[in-house]
Amino acid sequence: MLQYIIKRLLILPFLLFIFSIIAFILIQAPPGDFLTSYIAELATSGSSIERAQIDALRALYGLDQPLYIQYFKWIGRLLTGDLGFSLDWQKPISELIGERLALTLALGVGTFIFTWLVAIPIGILSATRQYSFFDYFFTVFNYIGVATPTFMTALVLMWIAFKYYGLSVTGLFSPEYIDAVWSWDRTVDLLKHLWLPVVILGLDGTARLARVMRANLLDELKKPYMEMARAKGMSEWSLVMKYPVRLALNPLVSTIGWYLPLIFSGSVIVATVMNLPTIGPMLLRALISQDMFLAGTIILIYMILAIIGTLISDILLAWLDPRIRMEDN
Amino acid sequence: MNPSLKNEPGSIPTTTGMGAASNVKSEDVFRKGDAIDVAPNWKLVWWRFKKHRLALVSGVIFIVIALIAVFPDFFSTRNPHKTSATKSFMPVQGIHFFENGNFNPHIDKLVGKRNSKTLKMEWKAHETQKIPIEFFVEGYYYQILGMIETNIHFLGVSDPKSRQTIHLLGTDRLGRDQWSRLMHGTRVSLSIGLVAVFLSVFFGILLGGISGYYGGWTDLIIQRFIEILQSLPPIPIWMALTASLPRDWSVEQTYFAITIILSMIGWTTLAREVRGRFLSMREEDFVMAAHLSGCSQMRIIFRHMLPTFTSHIIATSTLAVPVMIINETFLSFLGLGLRPPAISWGVLLQEAQNLQSIALAPWLLLPGLAVIITVLALNILGDGLRDAADPYS
Repeated sequence: MLQYIIKRLLILPFLLFIFSIIAFILIQAPPGDFLTSYIAELATSGSSIERAQIDALRALYGLDQPLYIQYFKWIGRLLTGDLGFSLDWQKPISELIGERLALTLALGVGTFIFTWLVAIPIGILSATRQYSFFDYFFTVFNYIGVATPTFMTALVLMWIAFKYYGLSVTGLFSPEYIDAVWSWDRTVDLLKHLWLPVVILGLDGTARLARVMRANLLDELKKPYMEMARAKGMSEWSLVMKYPVRLALNPLVSTIGWYLPLIFSGSVIVATVMNLPTIGPMLLRALISQDMFLAGTIILIYMILAIIGTLISDILLAWLDPRIRMEDN
Repeated sequence: MNPSLKNEPGSIPTTTGMGAASNVKSEDVFRKGDAIDVAPNWKLVWWRFKKHRLALVSGVIFIVIALIAVFPDFFSTRNPHKTSATKSFMPVQGIHFFENGNFNPHIDKLVGKRNSKTLKMEWKAHETQKIPIEFFVEGYYYQILGMIETNIHFLGVSDPKSRQTIHLLGTDRLGRDQWSRLMHGTRVSLSIGLVAVFLSVFFGILLGGISGYYGGWTDLIIQRFIEILQSLPPIPIWMALTASLPRDWSVEQTYFAITIILSMIGWTTLAREVRGRFLSMREEDFVMAAHLSGCSQMRIIFRHMLPTFTSHIIATSTLAVPVMIINETFLSFLGLGLRPPAISWGVLLQEAQNLQSIALAPWLLLPGLAVIITVLALNILGDGLRDAADPYS
């Protein structure tokens, strides 16, 4: 087991290296360098920047040097913990991202827990009561859940809340808590706001997971050991929960590998529509205003979150299923 | 997978299934049981698909949507780019088909008044003033597929000279007709989905095929490449790529750039599937037989191996289209994909991006319904095809 985990961990630096190159290419892709567009922007707004300051920035980012040197300068600064400076916000990037990253994680993990808590019972009930009204209802619900883009759900729910309850369900905090320091009250306030984006973001995943769970369980329910256990007089409910459900959960764990990264990257859209203070809307703004180091840092964060998601699912699977951890030996 | 034949083993070339077509001139020569044994593959798929009622209905819905995509002007009621300052934010006009029990399709005239306090236009329906409408009426001039010029539209106001207008889905901020814009958006959104999937299928088959057929180092490199692509978070990557498209590109250039960007990650799933099939099929007897008969590698791949899983590829790609459509929609919705004056569903929904606009004009959300219906239809259709694709199971 330990060997397996170490093996997985050893790939990480290599993956991160490749990902950082991809992120760097992405931020270099727009025509012209960001400093030029920054100067142009300053010029249009009437202010100007000192010649010396431009040269200092140019030297700092190595803009007059070849691309690979620029890359190593960038990655070198990142490794020492210096995330750089956002020209658009006029603030250090680490300061900008800090709380937003925590809220992004809270939203992602919250959505993940919600999805599993809802999808598994739905899957179990649909499979054990196949072709019942309940099963059909959730089949329809699942199809619609998958077909509706998350931002549509967000927009419709926002409209309903506004139209019928006069509420504006945007943001993650009430106005009085937005800039407040962390406190118990602020956490409670966060939870009061967090549930709606969690439900919206989780709808699509819930539908998919419930479908996987239902299919897995249906396969298990047909197996002979079920017949055997029934013949032995085991009660149906404890039988289902004890054997087939546990087996059906196994393939579900492997979905974490793609589902967790999907939540994080999917949250960009919902967060933008609902104006949530996560890193998603910040990425959008950074991309549009060509604040490229901020964009690069955020893209790298999403990549790391994706890697962590895959890692968690690999480890969980190995822990659940001995066949997988023995495979490599 | 080789089908096992009950009655006449070995008499039919089973791998492609197409060879049997000449044997079956008409179905009634055989009893049903015999027909199954000799039917070509596509016929078996069709028989099975027919049983899935919902998929059949979805197929019809998809055909209607595709027709709209091919002839958007015919279904429009007004030039989609035409703005009108006096007609902004007009609400939905429902069609009344009957009047006092007689068939007399009409809409109620909307009369706008500017609210003196909020300075907003407020529209009221006048139930006494009816505007008769008709099918196949004359309207603005357009060209069918860029060739035939005509002014016939599916639906419109009976008297085109009356200066009355019909707005089935209301109007937007600039007074443009949403229904007509939706029709034109259908062309762009649907075709982006189809073209992106076509590209994915092309690269998927090509690289997956190479990977599975040659194996060894080629396989290893392609597989690692796919793994890296698949572990990238797609949405931020797409956002960064589309944001880096030059702003001064024409609509067509952006359109093709976006299809390529969308298919860049999409091909990986298909490539893996194709590779797996190739790997398992390399060892099959019929491939060996083809080798021994002196077939070229290209012929073995395209004539003998590929046809055995064409139906799977079709089913998988049908299921990939809605994903592409949703992705294009959200990119354009965020302002990173297609930009006005291009019309796509995402561009239309951009008008409904914040709470203020939805509160003012909730009908701006209606293009979202088109997205949901299309995606739903394609998903059910794809599921039906996938179930039918393996007719021997």
